[in-house]
Amino acid sequence: MSEDIKTYTISVYTENNIGLLNRISAIFQRRHINIESLTTSQSEIDGVNRFVIVVNITETNAIKIVRQIEKQVETIRAYYHTDEETIFTESCMFKIKSDLLFDEPQIQNIIKESYSNIVTVNKDFFVLEKSGRRHEIESLRRDLNVFGIMQFVRSGRIAVTKDEMKVTELLKAFNNQ
Amino acid sequence: MKTQTINNKQDVSNKTERITGSVAIVKSLIAEGVDILYGYPGGAIMPVYDELYKFQDQIHHVLTRHEQGAAHAAQGYARISGKVGVAMATSGPGATNLITGIADAQIDSTPLVCITGQVFSHLLGSDAFQETDIVGISTPVTKWNCQVTKAEDIPGAIAKAFYIAKSGRPGPVLVDITKDAQVNELDFKYEKCVGIRSYNPVPKTSQESINAAAELINNAKKPMIVWGQGVILGQAEDELKAVIEKAGIPAAWTILGASALPTSHPLNIGMVGMHGNYAPNKLTNECDVLIAIGMRFDDRVTGSLDTYAKQAKIIHFDIDPAEIDKNVKTDIAVLGDSKESLAMLVEALNENTHESWLQEFKDLYAIEFEKVIKGDIHPTKEGLTMGEVLKQINIESKGNAAIVSDVGQHQMIACRYADFNVTKSNITSGGLGTMGFALPAAIGAKMAAPEREVVAVIGDGGYQMNIQELGTIFQQKAAVKIVVLNNEFLGMVRQWQQLFFDKRYASTEMTNPNFVAIAEGYYIKARKVTKRDELEDAVKEMIASKESYFLEVCVEKEDNVFPMIPSGASVSDIRLS
Repeated sequence: MSEDIKTYTISVYTENNIGLLNRISAIFQRRHINIESLTTSQSEIDGVNRFVIVVNITETNAIKIVRQIEKQVETIRAYYHTDEETIFTESCMFKIKSDLLFDEPQIQNIIKESYSNIVTVNKDFFVLEKSGRRHEIESLRRDLNVFGIMQFVRSGRIAVTKDEMKVTELLKAFNNQ
Repeated sequence: MKTQTINNKQDVSNKTERITGSVAIVKSLIAEGVDILYGYPGGAIMPVYDELYKFQDQIHHVLTRHEQGAAHAAQGYARISGKVGVAMATSGPGATNLITGIADAQIDSTPLVCITGQVFSHLLGSDAFQETDIVGISTPVTKWNCQVTKAEDIPGAIAKAFYIAKSGRPGPVLVDITKDAQVNELDFKYEKCVGIRSYNPVPKTSQESINAAAELINNAKKPMIVWGQGVILGQAEDELKAVIEKAGIPAAWTILGASALPTSHPLNIGMVGMHGNYAPNKLTNECDVLIAIGMRFDDRVTGSLDTYAKQAKIIHFDIDPAEIDKNVKTDIAVLGDSKESLAMLVEALNENTHESWLQEFKDLYAIEFEKVIKGDIHPTKEGLTMGEVLKQINIESKGNAAIVSDVGQHQMIACRYADFNVTKSNITSGGLGTMGFALPAAIGAKMAAPEREVVAVIGDGGYQMNIQELGTIFQQKAAVKIVVLNNEFLGMVRQWQQLFFDKRYASTEMTNPNFVAIAEGYYIKARKVTKRDELEDAVKEMIASKESYFLEVCVEKEDNVFPMIPSGASVSDIRLS
């Protein structure tokens, strides 16, 4: 097993419960593992939440972490995957002065070429939104930074796996017990 | 009359009735079969205490002198009985005082349900009087916890708490209940929890893993078993014995595994770990197959992992998948309940003996006996040793006592030298190493098993950490026997200072009070022994006593516990002096 540090996406299916986020983040904190990003949302199953956690660790540690997460009573299943095994994206927003849209024609080209969308425009500012890989977002930020950005925010990674997640079957098996 | 009581109890769980949250708490506890709980009242839990007062014919609340004492007493109750221990406290400091006991129960897998009162839900987050975020504080040291703010959620939360605490790998849970949930009414009907969809407490043992394990064991020349508390928690003592005897495998135990197999069993080769026996530690690095059963390769057991059993194939039986490969990489993992998986293993094993291999253990034992044990239990020097006190307790209790030890030198001596004929007899704080554990834990143990002899063996340091629980012993008339091995030092720390810090005894010397007078202040019969010729009679008197008894034995001040694997060293580097 490789002992190289790699980026792993940890996917966790859980019950929707107050305090579980605390339990899960404590597993990383105790072992001094920095969470690169953490996103929680509804999953494909009603009433089941999904955490997407990105960390840079060895595979040995990824296995141990996943087992510790699965040990939590309200965790249904946890998985870890490499970048190659997932389809992933991040999304970001830029707030920029509206004047620039007209004064700096280059900006319109940047927007077009980056496949980003204008969410809103008013006389003071406009808001640009983009989803994509980290490097695409970073390159867009660098390009726009030249003209001045009023606000920038980027989300954590969201990811789906190429593999099937057999959580629905797991829950069905429980109901049929 | 009796029949009626039974019918009433059935009513509790079958009929719906309109009651307050605090009545629901008490009725839920009764429905879970709780007969004794330990706790301390206070503002935010008062409605529950008012109900405990009314139900005292069905459930006995023991007032400890400190909430930490309540948590440890509940642990002692759980450890000797295998049942769930229950502790109760008020919000704020009451709740935080439970934390050490909860953390201890978490690392030692002890089933505990802790119920804490909380401020009114509308005050949560307002820094109200005695408000503390106990759910947040207890999260890292509980198997599960929750806060209840509505009366109607109480029975469900308590049912879930008991189910989680005792199922699979047991552990402590905490249910925090706001005061409004206690005083508001609900339609009460108690249903025990039988499953949670996100929680699979007992993985199924696969026949393939058993076959693979059996093949390794059947072909092994030098197999060795190390079992832990998993055997006791799984009630798999008979199955363990069957495995050991059928395959003729020398078997060692971790500190919490002690007493699962009688110490007198010919294949019982003693304790592993930092102050364990010479042979099993040394031969861990000689065996060809190491079979770990319900143990977790704690660093105090393995020493340096880089040099731990590298030559051996490792088979690991455990109920908790997170333990597999956590510290030691296994060749074969057998998941599941120890009772079930060991029963399956017995079937797959060939009858065998390993006489010359067993002889290696005996030879090393002879060396340990000569260099360490003889001087410990048959000393020729003037000062009393801790070992000879244990030997005397063995003689008088005929090896049938439950030994409740604290933490430190006396603990290692107790675990090394106590005779155990009966399972669940070694009650000690293993993983957390909590000084102050023994006195309250012994109360819980004695109350859970009043027919058993319970002897608390404590150092002069740890004794003073929860000495207030003498009050509980006195009030409850708990016939706990207390032995304080007084060396006027924090002995284990002093030993390390001697060996690794050039004898700089920083803050380890203790100027002690008159312990006999203190015990007598609580009306507990007390005696102090300073000379060898008084020891036998004193221990005899203590064991013969029908009531609680305090015995202080003044032992040699600067004795060390050996063997010893220095911290971070290999198990093969175990020192005899």
